Amino acid sequence: MNNVFVYCEIEEGHVADVSQELLTKGRSLANELNCKLEAIAVGHNLDSIGEQIIPYGVDTLYIADDSRLYPYQTLPHTSIVVNLFKETKPQIALMGASSIGRDLGPRVSSALHSGLTADCTSLVIGDHFDKKQDKNYENLLYQIRPAFGGNIIATIINPDCRPQMATVREGVMKKEVLDPKYKGKIVKMDVAKYVNDEDFVVEIIERHMEQSKVNVKGAPIIVAGGYGVGSKENFKLLYDLAEVLGGEVGASRAAVDSGYAGHERQIGQTGITVRPKLYIACGISGQIQHRAGMEESAQIIAINTDPEAPINAIADYVITGDVAEIIPKMIKYYKKNSK
Amino acid sequence: MKAYNIIVLAKQVPDTRNVGKDAMKADGTINRAVLAAIFNPEDLNALEQALRIKDEFPESKINILTMGPGRAADIIREGLYRGADGGILLTDRAFAGSDTLATSYAIGQALKKMGNIDIIIAGRQAIDGDTAQVGPQVAEKLNLLQITYVEEIIELKDKSITVKRRLENGVETVKCPLPLVITVNGSAPDCRARNAKRLMKYKHAKTVTELQKENEDYTHLYNDRPDLNIQEWTVNDIETEASQLGLTGSPTKVKSIENVVLQAKDSKVISSSDSDIEEMMVELLQSHTIG
Repeated sequence: MNNVFVYCEIEEGHVADVSQELLTKGRSLANELNCKLEAIAVGHNLDSIGEQIIPYGVDTLYIADDSRLYPYQTLPHTSIVVNLFKETKPQIALMGASSIGRDLGPRVSSALHSGLTADCTSLVIGDHFDKKQDKNYENLLYQIRPAFGGNIIATIINPDCRPQMATVREGVMKKEVLDPKYKGKIVKMDVAKYVNDEDFVVEIIERHMEQSKVNVKGAPIIVAGGYGVGSKENFKLLYDLAEVLGGEVGASRAAVDSGYAGHERQIGQTGITVRPKLYIACGISGQIQHRAGMEESAQIIAINTDPEAPINAIADYVITGDVAEIIPKMIKYYKKNSK
Repeated sequence: MKAYNIIVLAKQVPDTRNVGKDAMKADGTINRAVLAAIFNPEDLNALEQALRIKDEFPESKINILTMGPGRAADIIREGLYRGADGGILLTDRAFAGSDTLATSYAIGQALKKMGNIDIIIAGRQAIDGDTAQVGPQVAEKLNLLQITYVEEIIELKDKSITVKRRLENGVETVKCPLPLVITVNGSAPDCRARNAKRLMKYKHAKTVTELQKENEDYTHLYNDRPDLNIQEWTVNDIETEASQLGLTGSPTKVKSIENVVLQAKDSKVISSSDSDIEEMMVELLQSHTIG
């Protein structure tokens, strides 16, 4: 009872990366709160799914296995999670800020009247003193996220409602197997007790899942462009540099919104989170929402016409100047010296 | 069916995409006065989907429901310019401080009062919070099915709808029964432009509060031109429990807000000269960061 709970997303028999990352975070939160880590897997043919989930330090894994439960559908998955939460009363519930988690999370929070914070970049345990009620709350989940165009960082709490729910984007937390031989209990759920036939009203006619061809997340070097790059034509220079260095091209939200690059390249709180060896930020001012997705890069080069750009504060190299002038020079001197 | 009763949920938001340096006050709070208030971009994508249904089934009715302060009546006028039939502004101090759940409750209660709805269409998320929660939470409050991230309505026939959804790693086509809540993705078609004739007519559409402010004797306007009345609902116009509203009805509380202060790193500041760039590239090669 009152444990930490993680909803595991399953795609073609594999636990999603984001869920593995949340299991790792969930384990450390459970240790701090001195409680258990529980998880749920909902889908079909899940006989061996425990081997993927328990090693993260999961004490109890609930499995809802039924041919109608894969692929994900809103109503049946909501019913299962809501009814299980009513029984197990978790204090914290974590989900991926993914297509599935952002569909399921709000639905579950509404059904249980519990608070949900989207796209958290940090989760910390802490206390809270409510002056109005003269009441102290111990061991709350601080749900920390940038807000309002990245100008502020908000710490959100749910003092009275449980579970305290949060979604987190893929790549924000680190995944780490705790113990391949971890001893956890598996509970096979009687699906019919948790879900009604009326929940299956959606007919899935067609489904094309494909991994994005662009692999910005895994690239060791990222050349990222912002609104300051100025045009789609100038963005081509970034591709040239990325190709020469063996990297990928990323973009800020402003660049994506301006049509300079596709959504799959967006880096930041509402895009992907990256930790490359080298991050070259071109014409990116560096709002907190962007930095949330790249500030753990090992080395950062910032190229900007504005010497006061916020990105400069976290850069190892600050170059004040025009992207169109500097990138060709970088390519030239890389080629000259790399042999 | 020949006609559908459609409600578009729309929000007026500060234009957080163009936040300038003066957006933050010295004390670290947001200076809302300098930010333009705009129609949330994905709610315009939602409106376009509604208008396309009306193109195919002209007897359909589109009403916009928005919650916010008095100036959010702009959202309803904007909808009228582009082809909506009407709208309701849900406005009351009792709603102030609502988180997504308290917002969904108030909107859900207003929708219950409107009644007989076939399709509720909303943008996937608003740019001031990016939570994407209100659509699904409203659906849950009304005990309706939700279909999120819709990019295209493929077919609407009698009491069933077929839509294409855009997911992170793919697309899905699903068929489901009405009534339901749809949230529309930004990758869906942009909203059509304002219609000039409608603009000339509906710029005169006002809420009673606006009429009172501008014109001492407004009753003849209100009575003579009912098509130009924007309905304004307060907490008294819908059935609510006070415990579910505003700050009290919000499970999430903001514990603290920090203005973003950057800790300066030990940066090397270099020029765009050939020698500086070459030196940097050599350093990066020597440290095996590149190459």
